[in-house]
Amino acid sequence: MENNEDNYLMLSGIQHFRFCQRQWALIHIEQQWAENVKTIEGQHIHEKADQPFIREKRHNKLIVRAMQVRSHELKTTGICDVVEFIEDEQGIELINEEGKYIPVPVEYKRGKPKAGQEDIVQLVAQAMCLEEMFVCDVPKAYLFYDEIKRRVEVEITNELRDEVRFIFKQMYNYYDRRHTPKVKPGKHCKSCSLENLCLPTLIDSTPVRQYMERFL
Amino acid sequence: MRKLLNTLFVTTPNSYLALKGETIVVTAGEDHLGQVPLHNLEAICTFGYMGASPKLMHACAERNISLTFLSTSGKFLARVVGESKGNVVLRKTQYRLSDSTNESAKIARNFIFAKVANQKWILERMTRDYPMRIDVPAFKKISATLSEYLQEILMVQDLEILRGLEGQAANHYFRCFDQMILQQKDDFFFKTRNRRPPTDNINALLSLAYTLLAKDVSAALENVGLDAYVGYLHRDRPGRASLALDVMEELRGVIADRFVLKLINKKIITGKDFFAKENGAVLLTDEGREKFINAWRERKQEPLTHPYLKEKINWGLVPHAQAMLLARHLRGDLEEYPPFLWK
Repeated sequence: MENNEDNYLMLSGIQHFRFCQRQWALIHIEQQWAENVKTIEGQHIHEKADQPFIREKRHNKLIVRAMQVRSHELKTTGICDVVEFIEDEQGIELINEEGKYIPVPVEYKRGKPKAGQEDIVQLVAQAMCLEEMFVCDVPKAYLFYDEIKRRVEVEITNELRDEVRFIFKQMYNYYDRRHTPKVKPGKHCKSCSLENLCLPTLIDSTPVRQYMERFL
Repeated sequence: MRKLLNTLFVTTPNSYLALKGETIVVTAGEDHLGQVPLHNLEAICTFGYMGASPKLMHACAERNISLTFLSTSGKFLARVVGESKGNVVLRKTQYRLSDSTNESAKIARNFIFAKVANQKWILERMTRDYPMRIDVPAFKKISATLSEYLQEILMVQDLEILRGLEGQAANHYFRCFDQMILQQKDDFFFKTRNRRPPTDNINALLSLAYTLLAKDVSAALENVGLDAYVGYLHRDRPGRASLALDVMEELRGVIADRFVLKLINKKIITGKDFFAKENGAVLLTDEGREKFINAWRERKQEPLTHPYLKEKINWGLVPHAQAMLLARHLRGDLEEYPPFLWK
């Protein structure tokens, strides 16, 4: 069990979990999925990033796409859309490359920067995977938002690292029990593609017994 | 709730279904019968012995389009089912509860409660809508008897007792059935339910309606990740979609029976639409079946407010809504399964 990547949770799930714990459970425990405009847009954006055999070298940068990463500490595996290795004296050596580099993950997202932290914790988790795999520090990372066509820098702080550890602990807690948390309906349900599978309105519906007794 | 898409019914015998790009093409020999885009379809349902290309089956499985083969007379033959939806946790819960007769009885009770409640309400509606045509006191008496059964059903802990109550309630309900036929009394009369084969016009109609409904319920259950073959009231029998039959109990009256009565009372189907075999078996003619199917398809598009979800949906989505509610009950979101109670 321990250190067996087959049993690790998907890294991208942390974004679902931070957005809505129930959404994460529906997708990752119950294996349910539904598409909406947003998920299709998201897929489209990732087509660009998802080209594992393209490798670019520009000045002081080595750009790698669709890089598989994992962390034994977090027990997670996933894929970084883009990892940029920036030449830096403080960095680490890479096989087959001259000089020293610091890895910087870049995650592609549809839309604009969000009010919630879901994109940020996903990026931090990627950074933590890279730190573990390359045995180095990853001090910053970027979220590229398609609608504004710009990247937003995220500083990888210890608070954020702790939060990611905490979230994975909660995820494993639910996952081991195969537990789907109850609905906490809110505005975020409107943008969730799983709304019709989740049935958030069930939370304030009549008890079934009462509903049936009305027909006596 | 998701959108209800169309069902393609193919009734020309010896036709062949194939995939062409993102469309389905129907041909018979050299004749091109039609071409429909797949993304508009929820289900494809064929009557008679026809072929379908593996590529089309593949496309249907991938897109969650149910593809069903029925015999010319509407008997279920086979269905193309894709990879089961990955929800093993849900299915294991379904199996676990099905292994316990106690737990099974709790769920089965709600199916049967709704079946009887809906039958009762069909009778009540008749007394309200056609007081001049039916024997109101007789209907009211039977309705009152069904109410007594409902009280008992709610207390039941045992599947055998439940089946007994269901049977008795059904006897009372079907006793009124012939009176609900208000037109074409010479061609349509109900004495008792018979099938394999149906030997009168009305039983031929009921059988076809039940087959189409069973096919919709099976597809809905599998769509939410449940196993249509493992039931609670109907116990396992190889090849029988027991859970589909369970969920169907509550929908038979409100969807199928009322539909059949409407076909007759509005003279959409007449005595000319049937064909009697030498042995008394009654079949719908090709024309009759076409009328039946068109009316069935229109019926599915009619709106209602779901009694539990309080959401506006089409009648065609009712099996899907019930399948989802059952899945949510099994996963622990609801303390009991809320059946479909029509009023």
